[in-house]
Amino acid sequence: MIAELGLAALWLSAALAVLQMVSGALGLRDGPDGQNGPDGKARAQSYAIYARPAAVVQAFLAVLAFGLLLYAFAVTDLSIKLVETNSHSAKPFIYKLTGTWGNHEGSMLLWVAVLALSGGLLAGLERRLPEKTMSATLAVQGFVALGFYAFLILSSNPFERLPVAPLEGSGLNPLLQDIGLAIHPPTLYVGYVGLSIAFSLCMGALITRQVTPEFAKVLRPWVLGAWVFLTFGITAGSYWAYYELGWGGWWFWDPVENASLMPWLAATALLHSVSVLAARDALRTWTIMLGVLAFSMSMLGTFLVRSGVLTSVHAFAVDPERGSFILALLGLYIGGSLAIFAVRASSIAEGTRFTATSREGALVFNNVMLSAILAIVLLGTLYPLLTEAFDVRVSVGPPYFNPAGAIFAIPMFAVMAVGPLLRWKNDNPGRIQFELKALLAIVIAVIALVAILGDYSVLSLLGLGMAIALAVAAFLPLRGRVLRRVPLATWGMVMAHFGVAVSLFGMASESAFTTERLAAMAPGDATDTGGWTIQLEEVSPVAGPNWTAMEARIMASRGDEEPTLLTPQARNFWSPPQPTSESALITRWNGQLYAVIGDRAGVDARGRERWQIRVWWKPFVTFIWYGGVLIAMGGILSIAGRVRVDLKRRNAKKIAGQRRADLDALDEDKLPEPAE
Amino acid sequence: MAELKAKHQRMTLVILALVAIVAAGLIATWTLRNQANYFYLPEQIAAEPPSVGQAVRLGGMVQAGSITTQSDGITVNFVVTGNTADTVSVTYSGILPDLFVEGSGVVAEGSLQADGTFLATNLLAKHDENYVPRELEGLDGHQEPQDAAAYAETVAGLEQAR
Repeated sequence: MIAELGLAALWLSAALAVLQMVSGALGLRDGPDGQNGPDGKARAQSYAIYARPAAVVQAFLAVLAFGLLLYAFAVTDLSIKLVETNSHSAKPFIYKLTGTWGNHEGSMLLWVAVLALSGGLLAGLERRLPEKTMSATLAVQGFVALGFYAFLILSSNPFERLPVAPLEGSGLNPLLQDIGLAIHPPTLYVGYVGLSIAFSLCMGALITRQVTPEFAKVLRPWVLGAWVFLTFGITAGSYWAYYELGWGGWWFWDPVENASLMPWLAATALLHSVSVLAARDALRTWTIMLGVLAFSMSMLGTFLVRSGVLTSVHAFAVDPERGSFILALLGLYIGGSLAIFAVRASSIAEGTRFTATSREGALVFNNVMLSAILAIVLLGTLYPLLTEAFDVRVSVGPPYFNPAGAIFAIPMFAVMAVGPLLRWKNDNPGRIQFELKALLAIVIAVIALVAILGDYSVLSLLGLGMAIALAVAAFLPLRGRVLRRVPLATWGMVMAHFGVAVSLFGMASESAFTTERLAAMAPGDATDTGGWTIQLEEVSPVAGPNWTAMEARIMASRGDEEPTLLTPQARNFWSPPQPTSESALITRWNGQLYAVIGDRAGVDARGRERWQIRVWWKPFVTFIWYGGVLIAMGGILSIAGRVRVDLKRRNAKKIAGQRRADLDALDEDKLPEPAE
Repeated sequence: MAELKAKHQRMTLVILALVAIVAAGLIATWTLRNQANYFYLPEQIAAEPPSVGQAVRLGGMVQAGSITTQSDGITVNFVVTGNTADTVSVTYSGILPDLFVEGSGVVAEGSLQADGTFLATNLLAKHDENYVPRELEGLDGHQEPQDAAAYAETVAGLEQAR
């Protein structure tokens, strides 16, 4: 019953998406603004009247469908094929729930549910846009949603039944049985899908030629919101991979990781360009282009991850339907939006001008750098797929991404440090020459200091130098201002830019200063790394709900502090059977000690059984993720600041309106309504 | 010139963006071409060895019966085979990946040493039953030697005749 109800809710949502699309499109029919007779306008609005409710009801239904699947997983309803293949009754409850989106169909349902929910929020809450732009936006949103409903229902039905319910499910991949799965995919998906709203708004504004600062103010919170979620999602995913995979690495330039990084890069560019449009009425078409690009990258990411094309082109061939379905959607949406862009872009009037040495100039420069980094990542991710089509296998890894990305990242960080110090429209760089010299001096001093201490790679040195200079530069925009009067949005920028510095420092420090020790140790043996003394006490078998493990008890101490117990495990899950390595961490303010246990390593000279123990001391590695959190918090502060200003303005307007109405009541002859 | 720029600011921006994207594309292509030398099969190491110390990836199958652990308990030696009779001896110090077994695929990151052995700094094996490193797709334990000429054009062909 649950499954049938869920499927029915999905079909209904799809039908509502059609209604939303058609109704929104009909709302556009009566030509561009200004040509409407009073009749035409009324008629157009009467068509468009269904678009908003359709979006809102659709949101309820899609979320209901997802809730039903969640319930099926919670009670382990094995008559549903998806539950059977991905769950097991002995699994801890939290992982039963998170297993809902730990598979293809479930995660696509989550995608669609979030898509419908954000469409519903937009339709329900947004009242500032011209009605026509709103109709066009909802039509586009309906069109996008419809494609993904079709994909879900026709090729990835999550509610498919099994003819005979088996007694037990096959279980969830143990790597996914982690709290990381509860956080990482949903936040990332909200980010991906939030960008669909940005996309629809951009298309709506493009279709009705209403690319104005007002539009940018409507667009901004959606972009910021999606970007905050993407930032959280990527940060959480990176930390998850770091402690779960047991390799001590935090970013692998894995195609799946790149798939999440690309929309983030585009969204970061979009977010800055939207701010220029809102504040200065410049970069109109550029903003629209980035809106299209950001969501295209989201869809490309979904395609790469969900089609199976990444693990191998052959998996693609095994299930060609899904891969080609998403590819067709991708072609339709990206091609369609680019076609509209090509037709309409020239009719969008050019915005306000600015010179190269202005805040806009700096923002444009960094927008271009972000796009270039995006191009580097995109090419590096797709290149192996392209060559594979010709049966040539290549491996693209850090030796490509690090230097090629750095070529554009280094100038970007430099401009990021000074950009916020420049004035809008036109500025004289000589005005901030003291700051420029001071920042440059910091970079050189740090690099020189660290280079004396040891032999480190050029990129690490540059990273350290720029990180410290950036951290200082982040606070420079506050100089000489009354802190209480600084708008929240500016605090947001300061915090996010400081977060970038913190994260960069963590990355550079981790790559430069990490020390590690690999040893075969018998209980009682001790070793050391990075100032820590590590003593293995014993190795013993332990058991969990659905795994057994060998657990090492390691006492780690530094200087004369109390020893801390570390218990890394080598686990064996039994459903499905798979070994995993559970790392153990000690977190200090200045870094993390990371320990894993490997295989038996034979016996030592005295006949005692030895185990492989690997320990890393990673100075300031945690700063990578603290920085990510700071960046996201900066985004939240910025949203809060913008919303507060908007509410204040709305209130002021209301009061002004009230006052005018009172005046009108006093005067006999009424003034005409003020134009919006 | 200044006037032209003021009149056509949008054009300037478009050109600037295009230049940057083209530059990114060129840098990417140039770096990627070098990457073609990043992944090696044993037969490619034999035919065109990378320079000693250059960071590369070696891919292939772990030869059955070739894994030996040295007395220190952490250094492992094994032999990697490819599509031909060529093999490479690999030395690795570290914890072996969970699914690293004889007769299964492996990608070793490291560099060729002067004595012709491969010193691995990291091993990538299958993460789980469903995920195989891309480079090893199509290789499996029961392979027959292939016609090397068929792969002369390819940089790293691992396709398996079935």
